[in-house]
Amino acid sequence: MDWTALNVSLQLGFWTVLLACPLGLALARLLAYRRFPGRRIVEATLAMPLVLPPTVIGYYLLATFGRDAAPGRLWESLTGHPLAFTFEGLVAASIIANIPFAIQPVQRAFEAIPREVREAAACSGMTPWTAFWRIDLPLAWPGIVTALVFVFAHTLGEFGVVLMVGGNIPGATQTLSIAIYDRVQAFDDAAAGQMALFLLAFSFLAIAAILTLSERIGRRHG
Amino acid sequence: MDDIATRAAARIGEDTALNARMRQAQPIPLNITLHCAAGELLALVGPSGSGKSTILRAIAGLVRPHEGRIACAGAVWLDTDRGVHLPPHRRPVGIVFQSYALFPHMTALENVASALPPGTEGRSERMHEATRLLARVHLEGLEARRPSELSGGQQQRVALARALARRPAILLLDEPFSAVDEATRKRLQSELLSLRRDLSIPILLVTHSLEEASLLGDRLCLVHRGRGLQTGAPADVIGRPRTAQVARLVGHTNLFEGQIESVGAAGRPTILRWAGHRLEVAHRPDHAAHPPGARIRWLIPPDRILLHQRVRPSRGEKENPVEAEIESLLAIGALVRVTLRVAGEANPLALHLPAHVVERNSLRVADRIGVSLLARAIHLMPA
Repeated sequence: MDWTALNVSLQLGFWTVLLACPLGLALARLLAYRRFPGRRIVEATLAMPLVLPPTVIGYYLLATFGRDAAPGRLWESLTGHPLAFTFEGLVAASIIANIPFAIQPVQRAFEAIPREVREAAACSGMTPWTAFWRIDLPLAWPGIVTALVFVFAHTLGEFGVVLMVGGNIPGATQTLSIAIYDRVQAFDDAAAGQMALFLLAFSFLAIAAILTLSERIGRRHG
Repeated sequence: MDDIATRAAARIGEDTALNARMRQAQPIPLNITLHCAAGELLALVGPSGSGKSTILRAIAGLVRPHEGRIACAGAVWLDTDRGVHLPPHRRPVGIVFQSYALFPHMTALENVASALPPGTEGRSERMHEATRLLARVHLEGLEARRPSELSGGQQQRVALARALARRPAILLLDEPFSAVDEATRKRLQSELLSLRRDLSIPILLVTHSLEEASLLGDRLCLVHRGRGLQTGAPADVIGRPRTAQVARLVGHTNLFEGQIESVGAAGRPTILRWAGHRLEVAHRPDHAAHPPGARIRWLIPPDRILLHQRVRPSRGEKENPVEAEIESLLAIGALVRVTLRVAGEANPLALHLPAHVVERNSLRVADRIGVSLLARAIHLMPA
């Protein structure tokens, strides 16, 4: 087992969940409740990472993060080091690649709340902020948990984007899924098998957890 | 605190009524002015899609009419001229939705407690108050149930208790009885009638049922395509519709055209020409609106037409006698709806007779009979 790679993977998962999920929640709520011109276009753009090959996302992000592009230059002038082939760059790429997973389950959950229930909250004297905490969030909770687990699990398994943007630097950008590829290339099948089994077990547990949790919450809400 | 203070001040004062005026062309046309006094129940009646629910939602602040002014309990909630539009949570309204819209993740008690005004201090105080409100709608013992564990009627009661929990300045009821069975509806309706005796706030009820509106409403407002066609006591709107359109919407079928021959005065009837007949119409002051020679519409309720008994003629037969041929006989419960073909009139004239009268006079299709149109039951409307 490559503990360094596992550590990079877990850190990447942690930061991606921490940053992508609140962003996804805000965007999901906006897309679920607001009707504005160009909403479909925004929705389609945010869903693009679902259908694009990861190497294509990775390629464009690499181009954006580089010294020749404005975002890359801005980051370097602010922090003093480049964005491409660093852990920070990896987190930024991971957030972008995972945004559909952070949005879609939450958006579906918000959309499933009947309009009259939200209106009843307002007519019961709740401010939009109170209604969000007391009505929207508890009712959308299964969707939010699904998004959290999906984003974390998907980050652990991401390969193409990570390789393109982060390269393969042990201790900085080499994640577990890349370490597996690395081991196979080096004919170290035993180590690759170990790590693959770990990811397999983790993914299985994640899906089982989502199913159990959403069933339990579904029962509670009836 | 300011809100509560102004509301209390308004309560003490006289201006606890609702005064609303709203107008828009899109997306749902509205053009209506409403007044509902404190303690009064005003029923908005109309077919589905007439805009009556939108009117209620506009008062609650859930939709914003393009133009209008809504004032209630001494406060202005909407004034498009001055750019005032209070959001729903700042308008003290209690609303019961057609779907009840209870919070599915909360118990009945929590649903009610969630709407208590911020002044209610402490958890035990809030729970005590919510329990009291649930008892008021006869739900003792069901406090811990979630909405999914309650029947439709029980859910409606929780919704009503939640609406009252806010100590609203107005109660808005959007088709609250449409999703329950007949027996439950009757019970909930009589409970509302007894509950409202203690409520000194305006109550607005939206319903598509004229019967329900007449049963529960002090006044009703007939809404059609977002317009208030006629407002008044239920008996007046139904018995004395202002136009033929209102007459049709409240279910009148004996609607005919005629011409005024002469306008009556006290003790002298107005004379109406119709299909070769000269009908006497008991004079009313509003007949002055129809000058002699004017073409008008008139109606007569089917239960205000008398059959000339074949076996035992009587003196009443002199009152507006009309000869006609029976077109159809249709039994509706203990009554028979008899439609008549009158020479010179394209539309049938209907009357309701008890089944035993039809039998005793052995009425059959194509028989010629005589009827009297009661002079006091004929109602005139502009053409």
